[in-house]
Amino acid sequence: MKAEGLSTASLVKRLLLLVVGMFAFGFLLVPIYDVMCQAFGINGKTAGSVWQGQEQVDMQREVRVQFVSSNAEGMRWSFGPEDNEIMLHPGEARTVNFLAHNPTDRVMVAQAIPSVAPSRAAAFFHKTECFCFTQQVLQPGESIEMPVRFVVDPALPNDVRRLTLAYTLFDVTERMAASLDLAAVHTN
Amino acid sequence: MSAVIDNHHADHAHGPAKGPMRWILTTNHKDIGSMYLWFSFAMFLLGGTLAMVIRAELFQPGLQLVQPEFFNQMTTMHGLIMVFGAVMPAFVGLANWMVPLMIGAPDMALPRMNNFSFWLLPAAFGLLISTLFMEGGAPNFGWTFYAPLSTTYGPDSTTFFIFAIHLAGISSIMGAINIIATILNLRAPGMTLMKMPLFVWTWLITAFLLIAVMPVLAGVVTMMLMDIHFGTSFFNAAGGGDPVLFQHIFWFFGHPEVYIMILPAFGAVSMIIPAFSRKPLFGYTSMVYATGAIAFLSFSVWAHHMFTVGIPLTGELFFMYATMLIAVPTGVKVFNWATTMFRGSLTFEAPMLFAIAFVILFTIGGFSGLMLAIAPADFQYHDTYFVVAHFHYVLVPGAIFGIFASAYYWLPKWTGYMYDEVLAKTHFWMSFVGMNLAFFPMHFVGLAGMPRRIPDYNMMFANFNMVSSVGAFMFGATQLLFLFIVIKCVRGGKPAPAKPWDGAEGLEWTVPSPAPYHTFSTPPEVK
Repeated sequence: MKAEGLSTASLVKRLLLLVVGMFAFGFLLVPIYDVMCQAFGINGKTAGSVWQGQEQVDMQREVRVQFVSSNAEGMRWSFGPEDNEIMLHPGEARTVNFLAHNPTDRVMVAQAIPSVAPSRAAAFFHKTECFCFTQQVLQPGESIEMPVRFVVDPALPNDVRRLTLAYTLFDVTERMAASLDLAAVHTN
Repeated sequence: MSAVIDNHHADHAHGPAKGPMRWILTTNHKDIGSMYLWFSFAMFLLGGTLAMVIRAELFQPGLQLVQPEFFNQMTTMHGLIMVFGAVMPAFVGLANWMVPLMIGAPDMALPRMNNFSFWLLPAAFGLLISTLFMEGGAPNFGWTFYAPLSTTYGPDSTTFFIFAIHLAGISSIMGAINIIATILNLRAPGMTLMKMPLFVWTWLITAFLLIAVMPVLAGVVTMMLMDIHFGTSFFNAAGGGDPVLFQHIFWFFGHPEVYIMILPAFGAVSMIIPAFSRKPLFGYTSMVYATGAIAFLSFSVWAHHMFTVGIPLTGELFFMYATMLIAVPTGVKVFNWATTMFRGSLTFEAPMLFAIAFVILFTIGGFSGLMLAIAPADFQYHDTYFVVAHFHYVLVPGAIFGIFASAYYWLPKWTGYMYDEVLAKTHFWMSFVGMNLAFFPMHFVGLAGMPRRIPDYNMMFANFNMVSSVGAFMFGATQLLFLFIVIKCVRGGKPAPAKPWDGAEGLEWTVPSPAPYHTFSTPPEVK
């Protein structure tokens, strides 16, 4: 009808393109979210915040680090920290053991997901070694001692005196059955 | 396109076909508009019935009528049906009927797609409603369907819910494309963008919002579907996903969605208030820009729904201030409506009553929204009845009063008869008193700490809840009166002139009442 502007057909094409683009954008939000969380150390995500450990131990301050563990739904392992809390100086590397036991009669694979609270302190909590970096395979009745080695950055804001490291343990046996060759484990 | 529209056969224009095939196969914007409006009204009554179940259970503390599992299904289905089945299709129906008449177009730009986008809706809501009769029950995770409640812990019927949302979303997207194409390409010569009636403007902006966010909603339910059935872990922490991610994606859709439900009402009210004030709208240009500003800002405030999930302080501050910023263009609108009425020759027919109530009550909902926007205060209000009070104040006297005002304003044009003014005023006052009784006490119980979505509550909330329930029953019953008024008006009454309101402006009043089956086959002259 109008002389200027787009024809209806090309207008509709552009609008459909916008629809497809926004659908893709919805999925693009997934990696964007992960990148943002890691870049700003938010949402308790500590992975990737590698620290070189060149700084001095700050003997003036003491920070209380508490350990919390919980099992996700359907996870039947007993799982918990050896110590419920420790006091440490920022900059000091410490190791804490978590204990896990598989009481079931089948081989199970577990994945622990860490989270640090308060979330603004997560960026200052550096794990140099953690059982959460890999998955744990336990035979029926087997127990395991799992270490996590970490440093609290001396740059931690002064008002943070207490940190909580929480692990949730998930049963990923079925998920891993496809990729790992669990059949070989079963025959043991 | 023009070959279809520019035919010169107006002299032997045919009327509608006979029988049910008229409605199934119709490509006429007025038929499709009517079907949208009737469908949305049916969904409004169904969603309202579920709300009555909720209020009956909450009439007294303790469990009386339903079990908690069923109660959760009621809150979920009430929200989903009202948002996607009642409010959104009602505005699409109004757009179908009125946009071509307002811009002097013979029909919508894509009439066949128009038919398809309507007929997807009964399919979508047939699927959704069927879940109520399934083993395991209907969705029970709230209309916001947060993962993992809706993925790991959802009932089996969740898959039906996902497909229902897909269908309703496709319908909305097609409707939006159609409206944009109509507004941009089918305006009568001389109808420049800045001469368009405000209802057309607000719908143009709403349609762009729909196109921007409905695909994101489709994306998020698709991710749910994949998590449930295909072993992905978008929202499952065990596989490296994150439930908080769900909330971000959902509210990226969800916040613009609330403006999708209110902007067309802004447009309708901006036409009704000048008509009954017998004055042109104050600040037309600022209204257009304010609508655009609200739509633009709506993309940068979503995390104000998530202050308590543990987002960083800077994030909370950003989303808090961005949210408060929306009060500025909204304030411009309220100021313009009030100034339009100032020193006007006001009369108070039903459309005007609903429009004035809209301005006052929507503003109350806006202010409680400002309170919720304050991040530290929100930690107290979050997930309480204060939130329920807030969004019902913007949706019931906001969106729904806007629809009622529009319905009474244009009923004479649709039916050719005047509605019964006494009954309509009764409908207004019963609705007004009923909804305030129902929702105002919710502010108080919410501030006192009553959580939302629970079938039982502390004794100390008993009196206010009883008042709420009485108000809700009153509001619900009154809507049957509205049904009666509409049916009575369709069947007959005082014949309506082409322009029944002496202050009304616009092309839709230049065609006879009822509007003929085909209008503006030759484009009208716009000065």
